[in-house]
Amino acid sequence: MPDTKTYKLPFIVLTLVLLLCFCANISLGSVFIPFQDVFNGLIGNPTENESWQHIIHEYRLPKAFTAIIVGSGLGVSGLLMQTLFRNPLAGPFVLGITSGSSLGVALVIMGASLFGGAFAGIFVSKWSIVIAASLGSFIVLLFVLIISNKIRDTMAILIIGLMFASITSATVNVLSYFSSAEELKQYIFWGLGSIGNLRWDELFIFFIIYALGIIISLTSIKALNTLLLGENYAKSLGLNLKKSRLLIIIATSLLAGTITAFAGPIVFIGLAIPHMTRQVFNTSNHKILLPAVFLFGAIVMLICDSIAQLPSSDLTLPINAMTSLIGAPVIIWLLVRKRKMVF
Amino acid sequence: MTKNKSHIVLKTQDLTIGYSSKKEKSIIASNINIELHKGELVGLIGANGIGKSTLLRTLTNVQQKLSGGITINNTDLENYSNINLAKVLSLVLTESLGSKNLTVFELVALGRQPYTNWVGNLNEADYQIINQCLLQTNIEDLKHKKCYELSDGQLQKVMIARALAQDTDLIILDEPTTHLDMYHKAYILKLLQKLAKDTNKTILFSSHEIDLAIQLCDTLIVMTKDSVITDQPCNLIEKGTFNDLFPKDLIVFDSKTGSFRVKK
Repeated sequence: MPDTKTYKLPFIVLTLVLLLCFCANISLGSVFIPFQDVFNGLIGNPTENESWQHIIHEYRLPKAFTAIIVGSGLGVSGLLMQTLFRNPLAGPFVLGITSGSSLGVALVIMGASLFGGAFAGIFVSKWSIVIAASLGSFIVLLFVLIISNKIRDTMAILIIGLMFASITSATVNVLSYFSSAEELKQYIFWGLGSIGNLRWDELFIFFIIYALGIIISLTSIKALNTLLLGENYAKSLGLNLKKSRLLIIIATSLLAGTITAFAGPIVFIGLAIPHMTRQVFNTSNHKILLPAVFLFGAIVMLICDSIAQLPSSDLTLPINAMTSLIGAPVIIWLLVRKRKMVF
Repeated sequence: MTKNKSHIVLKTQDLTIGYSSKKEKSIIASNINIELHKGELVGLIGANGIGKSTLLRTLTNVQQKLSGGITINNTDLENYSNINLAKVLSLVLTESLGSKNLTVFELVALGRQPYTNWVGNLNEADYQIINQCLLQTNIEDLKHKKCYELSDGQLQKVMIARALAQDTDLIILDEPTTHLDMYHKAYILKLLQKLAKDTNKTILFSSHEIDLAIQLCDTLIVMTKDSVITDQPCNLIEKGTFNDLFPKDLIVFDSKTGSFRVKK
């Protein structure tokens, strides 16, 4: 069509970059695996070193998939929130979902000493943290949904979400004041985020919920574009505002909630990736933006993780710090270079 | 009369508008009887605070009426679903756009939303309609510009094109000439007149440009404190309706020129 710009080339380039980053991510780490062996390992051919096969399949591959899910999921949910609230500062955290998860995890890790008996019996395993984080975000989501059903003003939902976030973080502060150094350390470690220790069966559950969130997001593309005009125009174009708003909030919660549950509170990606994509693609059309945000999020997360692994050393940096350290300068550079924010 | 009936696009019967809360009802205007016909350009005029916006909000189903009836194409307003109403009524509002990072083409294309599939893809017919709307509003050369690059006058033309693309029998505009200079005020209203004639759509707008409205509109709805009067502009002048439009201490209506002038 001559009337709309085609974005075929950038999408082909982005997909190739994603594949490259995927392979590089698997190749790099405490043990370097040459690209050829990565390829052989992926398609099941024997690798030069017997243990590489094991490393690729049991460790690096799930980690790379997790990075893709986390990056794309957070990016997409950030985009949904920024469009719904017409606010460039919105991200997955604005609904209080991330802080809901944090509260759940804080209760499991640090609540033991506070409440004694009831919690003391529970061994703080990975699953209990995942369940606590999911429950936390789910309860906050439930509150937000009930309130959003009663309130007509979308901006009020934004403020209420922020209020929930502040209540939960205050509660976490109170909890941490009463907890031991050991528990505090464990909680802080969760807060730093980690994408490296998921097994295939965990990844499978993770993926199903994530896919559901992505599918709902895709069905919201038309509504998102209509919302660009403002809520009153959207209504005059026949949009069922309440229903669309509900779907967008559910999609965000599924994505941000599970990601926080499995990988910890990774906040930066959700805020930054949509901005990065808008600057590069210079469009607000969600038919273009949504897939582009998906690809950008996955790529950035893979790169951040590759660097956080500190290739050829035994150390690993916290992923949450890495995303901000790499992402923030990129955003600043993009904004300064273009001198104009596209929103 | 029976012949005309099928051509009535918007009709109100003993309509009362205002706000209602649990405690009390505050009536803003009552006994509103309007009939708008196909292809008419209709101006809604009245002093500030008289209830023009309330009337438009009620007619567009943004606000609940207090009593009476509103029908569009002989169907009660409340019987329309969101999507079906979007196919008979399009709006141009005073509020600013949520995002101005859309191109003119993309913005006008959004007018096709009620007709497109779940992801909003445009088909060949949609492209034809959009391009025709761009032509009719003389903004073809702006097609690829971003909305933040446009002047107020250009943006208003784009918003009118978007409403046209929605392909509805009735277009309602809330003060389309505010923020525009004198030339563009006349330009926009003249454009509306031409569109009403060419497309046979009914166009209703509220405005403070009374002299322009008198010259260009087929019908005027005049809201005063006591009543809502609908008639042709020349009849209204004869009846002296405009004399009571504003308090008489500052300006008076000159029926020869059809405009207001300051008292000396």
